[in-house]
Amino acid sequence: MAKIQIAMTVNGEAVEALAEPRTLLIHFLREQLNLTGPHIGCDTSHCGACTVDLDGKSMKSCTVFAVQASGAEIRTIEGMAAADGTLHALQEGFREMHGLQCGFCTPGMIVRAYRLLQENPNPTETEIRFGIAGNLCRCTGYQNIVKAIQYAAAKLNGVPLQEAAE
Amino acid sequence: MNDMTPTSAERAEKLEGMGCKRKRVEDVRFVQGRGNYVDDLKLPGMLYGDFTRSPYAHARIKRIDTSKAKAVPGVLAVLTAADLKPLGLHYMPTLAGDVQAVLAEEKVLFQNQEVAFVVANERYAAADGAELVEVEYESLPVVIDPFRAMAPDAPVLREDLAGKTEGVHGARKHHNHVFNWQIGDRAATDAAFNKAEVAIKELISYQRVHPCPLETCQCVASFDKIKGELTLWGTFQAPHVIRTVASLISKIPEHKIHVIAPDIGGGFGNKVGAYSGYICAIVASIVTGRPVKWVEDRIENLSATAFARDYHMTTEIAATKDGKVTGLRVYTLADHGAFDACADPSKWPAGFFNIVTGSYDFPTAHVEVDGIYTNKAPGGVAYRCSFRVTEAAYCIERAMDILAQKLGMDPAELRMKNLIRREQFPYTSALGWEYDSGDYHTALNKAMDTVGYKALRDEQKTKQEAFRRGETRDLMGIGVIFFTEIVGAGPSRNCDILGIAMFDSAEIRIHPTGSVIARLGTKSQGQGHETTYAQIIATELGLKADNITVEEGNTDTAPYGLGTYGSRSTPVSGAATAMAARKIKAKAQMIAAHLLEVHDDDLEWDVDRFTVKGNPERFKTMTELAWAAYHGVPPGMEPGLEAVSYYDPPNMTYPFGAYICVVDVDVDTGMTKIRRFYALDDCGTRINPMIIEGQIHGGLTEAFAIAMGQEIRYDEIGNVMTASLMDYFLPTAVETPHWETDWTTTPSPHHPIGAKGVGESPNVGGVPCFANAVNDAFGFLGSTHIAMPHDQWRTWTVAENLGLHA
Repeated sequence: MAKIQIAMTVNGEAVEALAEPRTLLIHFLREQLNLTGPHIGCDTSHCGACTVDLDGKSMKSCTVFAVQASGAEIRTIEGMAAADGTLHALQEGFREMHGLQCGFCTPGMIVRAYRLLQENPNPTETEIRFGIAGNLCRCTGYQNIVKAIQYAAAKLNGVPLQEAAE
Repeated sequence: MNDMTPTSAERAEKLEGMGCKRKRVEDVRFVQGRGNYVDDLKLPGMLYGDFTRSPYAHARIKRIDTSKAKAVPGVLAVLTAADLKPLGLHYMPTLAGDVQAVLAEEKVLFQNQEVAFVVANERYAAADGAELVEVEYESLPVVIDPFRAMAPDAPVLREDLAGKTEGVHGARKHHNHVFNWQIGDRAATDAAFNKAEVAIKELISYQRVHPCPLETCQCVASFDKIKGELTLWGTFQAPHVIRTVASLISKIPEHKIHVIAPDIGGGFGNKVGAYSGYICAIVASIVTGRPVKWVEDRIENLSATAFARDYHMTTEIAATKDGKVTGLRVYTLADHGAFDACADPSKWPAGFFNIVTGSYDFPTAHVEVDGIYTNKAPGGVAYRCSFRVTEAAYCIERAMDILAQKLGMDPAELRMKNLIRREQFPYTSALGWEYDSGDYHTALNKAMDTVGYKALRDEQKTKQEAFRRGETRDLMGIGVIFFTEIVGAGPSRNCDILGIAMFDSAEIRIHPTGSVIARLGTKSQGQGHETTYAQIIATELGLKADNITVEEGNTDTAPYGLGTYGSRSTPVSGAATAMAARKIKAKAQMIAAHLLEVHDDDLEWDVDRFTVKGNPERFKTMTELAWAAYHGVPPGMEPGLEAVSYYDPPNMTYPFGAYICVVDVDVDTGMTKIRRFYALDDCGTRINPMIIEGQIHGGLTEAFAIAMGQEIRYDEIGNVMTASLMDYFLPTAVETPHWETDWTTTPSPHHPIGAKGVGESPNVGGVPCFANAVNDAFGFLGSTHIAMPHDQWRTWTVAENLGLHA
């Protein structure tokens, strides 16, 4: 199938690559751009492992053709830490609160939580649970993911941090 | 000692050894998207493989035409059974002693069975090709219901076994029969039932489910024709076993096969076995001379690799009228699907199902299991449990509740009355296991006190009266269970896989500067081994955990081990780690004695150093001894400081726990709400309480999923109805309850550090606890046993059948 040139901004950098019109954004990111942080877990848009931030919205990148993201501004897990390598409060929170085990859902989960906290900087536990309901985790039972997001929210809001995970 | 010298306690704390809530080493890469999973691997010239699968559950293959597929741009090869047969690779051996078709030859035996493997230079081209392989089928009668599989006129499924009246586990009594397995004293058990004052009998079925890790099964095979060597990266819970199997199947010498399991995105038993995709990727790489990647999609994962359970257990308990159990009898029909690809130790065709006497002092018991073939996916893996242990726990814990109901006794009281007493350990069960240690009454009492069990029962009684008066439409259920697991397979006298004893291993090498690399035969899939094994070494050797690298999964560098499943990593490799560390410590002690010019026996160990007895200012730290090992060893001693241990455990370990669940059920909608879930686990010595808690949260969530919704369901012609996440229940953060965790500590007496293993306990104990809670909600209305999963529709149906909607 003929390939077309696709350009977008990913993690602050302008990128361009060739892809088929049917290429899914997740495959474009992983295979053309070598951004293997976002993962593929289900093929039916249920699991959220492929979540990226696209023009200010959480997006399951398996539901979007790469060509549909032409010109878009995208952020993946690889773009979460600061340029000097300092981890984002969410990345720190996930480690502090034991919010991950196998790590496969983590990139999507953190990128989703990033947008959640942009939309609602001080969410309740219930709001967090609803806010991440599009992202599945098979390892943690979510309880420590909720704590990790609360940790990040507190840190970003400048309030004292709660105790680390049990 | 002057005031500046850190105390022993201060020095111990800095090590971050056992008992410390050490933050995970793995997380640093995972939170930045820098994990290294199989599908992240990209090799020059790499090709992609994809399967053409059968739409039929049972059909004869009349013709396969690959010409259109081969014409797709980018497609390089299409493999069928005809290509594999001359190589002797169209069937592969299973771990259970059966064979399984790699690609179907004359017949397909389950829906989505592998028929052709299309290899292309690009993922989408491979999928295009797979769509265009034309297969002509002639459909055959389908057997889905295990209770009909052994009817005299049932269709013959496995024609390849025609005339084989003996399987690896003895006589086959029917053409769809796999094995019959019995254990226990039948005569004594029958006698107990003949004189029983009270008896119950119930068919307790545990539905077919699937482990469904978020990352599916996948591999990359790369065959180097010049060297004649194969490198195989894959999602392998047991990489060393995969290497041995790959060598036996491919005839490539084992030293020329390099198996590498990189980061794994969850396993839960799904990634123990060998699958067609691995074989086809290897063959395709040999044929094309290029690396070949195979990545399962979710539908393929749920419908073709590694189901779990499908156990149908007719269960009977004999008891006295005051509630003392006197006998247990279980007959189980085990549906193994189209091929017996059950992942159990060789001598255990029904796994450790004979742990079914549970935590109770049964004087006698008998168990019989018939394994059978049906037109369903092959397997029978242990989904987050030791081999068939969750089936056993569900069986006995439901049965105890049914007995309590018949006796009119509180289910907790019935358990208290029959729990094995502390002074009975080590305890030999009626079905032959030697339970290593336990303090069951203390655990159950603590659980009941913590949740306020009596107050909950009082509240339930009040609610039941209100329900009868028509004042509420909610029912309240309380589930209480007590489980005993059997993990850490296992002793070589009774546990092997393909003839290889189920030991495990650790190799520890201390560098001159006192930092460490440790390599193990197990393989983490999220359990945090890189963090916890280092903690064991830190405590044993007095070296900081942060200076210890833990490596697993590379068969070239790691010592041989049997892998991670059945909660065996801590009981077996954790023990090997301690034993290897102790060998190193013994050598270090001799070096210390030499340097301090004292006799070995005049030294004592203090956290991170050997000190001269009675003169603690004279000491050598382990870091100093590491340096000395490379330049100042005693005369006649070899330089260097390293050790390897292959640990053959003397016994299994027996973690246990008491769980209590409170559920509210709306009888008009069938909706259930888990109000409270309390889990007390005793896993012996605790290495990292943070990781233990995480494991328990995860296992409880998987238990919640199984009990409340998961099912791999087939229609009558063998279409799998729940093969995507649209239909197969994985709970989100919204449905998942809040977990309360607690513990007691009863160390294992035979394990070097007293640890028992924990990852699977919450799944083993959790499933019956949810089920008992839902059953308990309806029990006072005359319901005795409600089958899982307790989803909304089924729960509504129970209420409907009890006439509650009239």
